[in-house]
Amino acid sequence: MGLALVLALIVAPEDADQGISQRIFYIHVPIALTAYFCFGLGAIKALLLLWRGEERYDLESYVAIHQGTIFGALTLITGSIWARASWGVWWTWSSNQLVLFLVLFLFYCAYFMLRFSLEDGPRRARSSAVYALFGVALIPVSFLAIRLASDFIHPTVFTRDGPQMSGSMFATFLVCWGAVTFLAYVLYRVELAGKRLDADLRELREVLQ
Amino acid sequence: MTYLADVAALTRKDLRVELRGRDTLPAMLLFVLSTLVVFHFALPEGSGETAAYGLLWVAIVFTALLGLARAWVPEQEHRVLDGLLLAPCDRSAIWLGKTLATLVFLLAAQAVALPAFVLFFEPLDAAALGGVLLADVGICAVGSLMSAMAVAGRSREVLLPLLVLPLAIPLIVGGVGAAVSAEPERFLLFVLLYDAVFAVLSWASFEYVVTE
Amino acid sequence: MIRGRAIEKRYGRKRVLTGVDVAVPVGGFALVTGPNGSGKTTLLRMLAGLAAPSRGDLVVGADRSQVGYLAHEPLVYRELTALENLDLFGRLYRVPERRERIGMLLERFGLWDARSERVSAYSRGMTQRLALCRVLLHEPDLLVLDEPYSALDEDGAALLDRELDALAGARTLVVATHDPERLARLATQRVALA
Repeated sequence: MGLALVLALIVAPEDADQGISQRIFYIHVPIALTAYFCFGLGAIKALLLLWRGEERYDLESYVAIHQGTIFGALTLITGSIWARASWGVWWTWSSNQLVLFLVLFLFYCAYFMLRFSLEDGPRRARSSAVYALFGVALIPVSFLAIRLASDFIHPTVFTRDGPQMSGSMFATFLVCWGAVTFLAYVLYRVELAGKRLDADLRELREVLQ
Repeated sequence: MTYLADVAALTRKDLRVELRGRDTLPAMLLFVLSTLVVFHFALPEGSGETAAYGLLWVAIVFTALLGLARAWVPEQEHRVLDGLLLAPCDRSAIWLGKTLATLVFLLAAQAVALPAFVLFFEPLDAAALGGVLLADVGICAVGSLMSAMAVAGRSREVLLPLLVLPLAIPLIVGGVGAAVSAEPERFLLFVLLYDAVFAVLSWASFEYVVTE
Repeated sequence: MIRGRAIEKRYGRKRVLTGVDVAVPVGGFALVTGPNGSGKTTLLRMLAGLAAPSRGDLVVGADRSQVGYLAHEPLVYRELTALENLDLFGRLYRVPERRERIGMLLERFGLWDARSERVSAYSRGMTQRLALCRVLLHEPDLLVLDEPYSALDEDGAALLDRELDALAGARTLVVATHDPERLARLATQRVALA
């Protein structure tokens, strides 16, 4: 799958014809979409935990949100590069999506602070799950808030961006999106397996003592 | 309706505990007044009148956080929360009682802070006040739940602001917008939407946060 | 009244209870014994309904309104008076003729004179007696008591002896104790935790 990703990234610049800002777009947007997807997955697992009560959902929710946060950080970084390439500044408040990701990034970082602060057990699992659900509720509400703020409190300086894509560019975009999603999926499975192995090892150790 | 009777009994209990202990409300009052004075020195000359509204909201949120941090402390001593959970009342009633009590404290602190703000800085119209009231509900609803989460762990005083601030951002947007913009209705409606969504979420999920 | 099989309780990686079986008939008096850290408190919390087992089955034939639980901590508000505490719990438990019942309990446990003082001013023994009032307030069918004698002085212990004598047989009791001999005459069964 790493091969697919690399191929996609090479293919993209070859098709791109508008310089770096366009190329970044091919990675930036898929990464952002993947982050949303991970947060959504985390929330679904959280809901399953609260509803069914099976412990494994806690770990799955945690790993999904962990991935989402990593991809969120990448969104901010690639977004910053994009802003630099397009407008010459490292940050702008006028990109609603970027600001939204900043708020979400802060929110989900607090998720890890919450987990770190609570002792392992059903309390921590449930509180994390509830917080994860608040997260997905926050996404649309925050987006609305940022829209309102940018329209009325901080009027936009730059025009809204959204490149028009021709057929071949769209195809490249899809390939990139597929590659990034696949990467996220693989990372998710790897981390989940790793954490499960960790937990199993610990249990084994305890039983043997 | 026994549900409302339970909530009333619980809110009354919280008000009574605060009246006896007398540590949360005076702290909130003093904090918000001190903050407003600090803002006078923090705002450079010619910052424009609207900057003050932004700072008002910062003061409100942090004052609320002060109150929320102490919200569940009476239940921690002697582990009284277990006693409440044992009772046959609905668990969400515990959350609602606490939220209403915290709301009363926040409104009480604002009853002093808002006139002070008008005195020191800028006038507040009906829309601005409406924004304050609506946002109070949102902060108390969400904060009450987050406080219950944080109180079970360590470093709870640090954790609570981290949990609440991202969730408070939409409220600040709504509140400042209601005070500053030429079309405050949008912002007031938005805060109302926030309240509806997150109050219901908090109400429904409290049970899961406090039980095992 | 209580039927539990292969109960297990884990907090993350910590295993607090493993493979516990318990069966208490209606009207039974079960003594739970075991060294510190054996999970007595955890088991009692599960019986009272405050925690659910991680694995295994547990059926308790009484809902929250019929269970009275005495914990290590008194579970009363420090800043409120005895009257106010019991009034609050009386409302939450929907106790009929609340005031009379509260008055009667306070008197029976020797707290009537201190009824309008804040709990923060009470001695440890008085607080424990108030906790007992809280437990008995709603006349529960199932009483779960975690080391009830621990904070009591001589008089308080004598009061508790009298209460338990009266309750045994009429209600179902589960009592965790370090001193099983004291209650041996009333107990119908023992549950020993490793």
